[in-house]
Amino acid sequence: MSLITTLARLEAVSSGRAQPTATVRHRHLSERPLVFVPLTTAGEAGAPLGALVGTDRDAPRLLVVPQPRDRDLRFSFLADLADTVLPYLDSHAESVEAAERTETDPETGKRVKVEVELCADAPQLIVPSRAGLDLVRLLGRSMRFRRTAEQDPEAPHPAPPRIPLLGRWLTHYGERSRVPGSALLLALTDVLSRHWATGQSGLEDQHLGALLAWIDPPDGTRGDEAARGAELARDAAGQLLCPPAGPATDPAFDNKLLAPAIERYDRARTALAAAEDALAADDRLAALTAAEREVRDLVESRTRPTWDAVWRGLDLLRALPQGAHAEERWTRDRWSFTGHRDRVLAGEPPQPRRDDAVTAANKLAAREREQARLEAQEALDDPLVMAGRRLAGEAFAGEVTDVVLAYSEGKRPSPRPLVTVRTDDRPHLAERARVYRSLGGKPQSAELVGQEAEGVLVLRVLDRMGRGREPEPGSVPEKGDRLCFTLFEHEQRGGAKLPDPQDTPWTHGGPPGEPAPEAPDTVTEEDVL
Amino acid sequence: MDKARLASALGAPSAFGQSQFALTRGNAFEARVKADGGAELLRLAHARLDPGAEPPAGAAVPDLSAHGPEGRTARTALALREAAGAGGWTLLDHPMLALDVAGSPAFLEPDAVVVHPDGSWSVVEIKSFPMLDGSADPAKVGAAARQAAVYVLALEEVAARLAPVPRVHHRVLLVCPRDFSNLAAGCAVDVRKQRAVTARQLARLTRIEEIAKVLPKGATFAPDRGAEELTAAVEAVPATYAPECLSACELAFHCRERSREAGAVTRLGRPLRAELGGLTTVEDVLAAARGERGDPDDPAVAALRRAAALRAEALRTAEARACADAEVAALCP
Repeated sequence: MSLITTLARLEAVSSGRAQPTATVRHRHLSERPLVFVPLTTAGEAGAPLGALVGTDRDAPRLLVVPQPRDRDLRFSFLADLADTVLPYLDSHAESVEAAERTETDPETGKRVKVEVELCADAPQLIVPSRAGLDLVRLLGRSMRFRRTAEQDPEAPHPAPPRIPLLGRWLTHYGERSRVPGSALLLALTDVLSRHWATGQSGLEDQHLGALLAWIDPPDGTRGDEAARGAELARDAAGQLLCPPAGPATDPAFDNKLLAPAIERYDRARTALAAAEDALAADDRLAALTAAEREVRDLVESRTRPTWDAVWRGLDLLRALPQGAHAEERWTRDRWSFTGHRDRVLAGEPPQPRRDDAVTAANKLAAREREQARLEAQEALDDPLVMAGRRLAGEAFAGEVTDVVLAYSEGKRPSPRPLVTVRTDDRPHLAERARVYRSLGGKPQSAELVGQEAEGVLVLRVLDRMGRGREPEPGSVPEKGDRLCFTLFEHEQRGGAKLPDPQDTPWTHGGPPGEPAPEAPDTVTEEDVL
Repeated sequence: MDKARLASALGAPSAFGQSQFALTRGNAFEARVKADGGAELLRLAHARLDPGAEPPAGAAVPDLSAHGPEGRTARTALALREAAGAGGWTLLDHPMLALDVAGSPAFLEPDAVVVHPDGSWSVVEIKSFPMLDGSADPAKVGAAARQAAVYVLALEEVAARLAPVPRVHHRVLLVCPRDFSNLAAGCAVDVRKQRAVTARQLARLTRIEEIAKVLPKGATFAPDRGAEELTAAVEAVPATYAPECLSACELAFHCRERSREAGAVTRLGRPLRAELGGLTTVEDVLAAARGERGDPDDPAVAALRRAAALRAEALRTAEARACADAEVAALCP
């Protein structure tokens, strides 16, 4: 946390309201995102209890598992989830635009431009909190190796069709959410705390209700009081007034409300199975439906407040203007979506349990590159972020006090003007250090020639002045201009290319060999405890 | 002392509690792993901790029941001594160990302790979070390792009283459900670091008598007293709240309130203290940033003022930009 953010947090403490840490929105928000508010059963790995899911804030779809330990009920939950999520994904996969991509021609080894499809927009998934991201990843992992009856008629407990496909998509979204700056799958608490500093710690910011209370307290209350209420207030029966955003539920809810309701459901089901004649079965079926209804109502009562909170958070974010570079990062997300769509269409197998060495190294390198890109772009888009970089000595702003036109030595002298900048910032500049400024969206570089006095820097501009002897108009700073130079590069270069997987050196395990299809997880007679 | 009840009496009840679903599952998994004389557990211990030893078959599982924690501790020590000389695998199901914490004994109950054929001892920790594709949630594994390290220390105390001193392994066996099934997966976890940290912290802990000395005469933490009296008593014991307390201590909400009233900056996280130097309260920091108080030669104060100036400038720029945008929008409908 930089000192500027710390200061914003302390101001939030004393003013009782969250303070901005960004002046623009640094993430793309889709016009029609799919919001997913899941709940899980405590203690079980990836055993869902229910979820609200949908793209319409007034009409979410409620999915419930009335007995989370029943495999068939869990499967039917996942099948319903697939029926909601996959059509949403498909609706984006169909509308495409033409784009170009450079690829290495396998025969000549040359880099050539290839005409490819790029999806015009990508589906965006929103979950309430970071734990929701983990659940998406876990659900993806639990589903993508399942076998349907069609794939393997012999398999015990076959999964409904489309479940493995949903698993692959959720895995892709879960992986993509680890790339800094990506917006395919967002945790709302992360995005909100990127844009506002509250008067509580980062740990407490994970609570969506408390976070929203700080950012947008109800009329007439202070954020700290509202946040405390959201976190701790309970009704007379001991239930939290603002249920946690999940996927974990409050233990008091589990013990006092959910467990008895599930037990009643179990009893009604046993009674139905034991029914002897049609008349008795009808009555007992009605009892079972009522018991199921009860669990559904309980799950809805815990997810609906979170659902509304997510949309409120999205409203707050939409009120901020979008940062200039967010669209460019969203285009990368669209590429990622299109790429996975193509892999699915081509019939490639699901993502392996463990990546091979080259894939893993590529992923890591991509994340590092995107992190650097994100940091640079956020600073360029947002004066408040740039202020943090200036405070850290990684950028400086100042006024041009003098410009002297000079030329490079050599056969064809080109312009190398000397610009004197007076700044109050204290950049960490070494001799001949490179600095960059944004000129019409492109970086123009300059190097430090010397320091005339404290805070008076002489820079030599190096590029983007055209090919002629005279620099192009507007490409050289003028006296009186206020400029901001950064010490970091604006655009990221890719690192050295890694070898193909079949050329993996022995130090990294050697070539992975022929990809063997991943075996499904072992299925035991009962896979919950 | 029951801190949860004390917290409720103070008017800041703790939010801890376990869902019965998690509890049932945890117990069911542990029972499954230990079923059949602990055959599965011993198989994992043999495979993960001591593959060189003879395979376990018909291991001894001594009965450890006794009256009261002291009795059980003594019974456990006896069983350990017998097992160390017996040669062969022995499984101690829920033994009881004692550890000296700040001058008073604390009783600990590990899930299991395994005695190897060579007479050495290992701690077994059974957890119900899953091990997915060979890896588990690092935070949960860390917590389990810290817990096991305490058991290792307690076992070492028992071992030190025997002659010859049996070896206590610093690798513990962590048993978790595998993937999405209820089958057991075992993994050896090295707890040397956690053990060293815990040993150091235990040695540094303020003795209970010393804490008692600073308390005013007649102070009591009995939860049936009035909130005011209790607050005064709790106040008398110095505590430094940090957000990490929320996940560890029942009194955290109470301390957070106190910290908020005092305006302490550590409430927002420990690293802040390092950043802000000698400024410990929110008011001090903000006054220093505004230039009303503080020594301008103090580097922390100087950095704060620069940060405040830069932040104000950036917010002005953004506002001017937003105004200009609004004007443009108004001009070109």
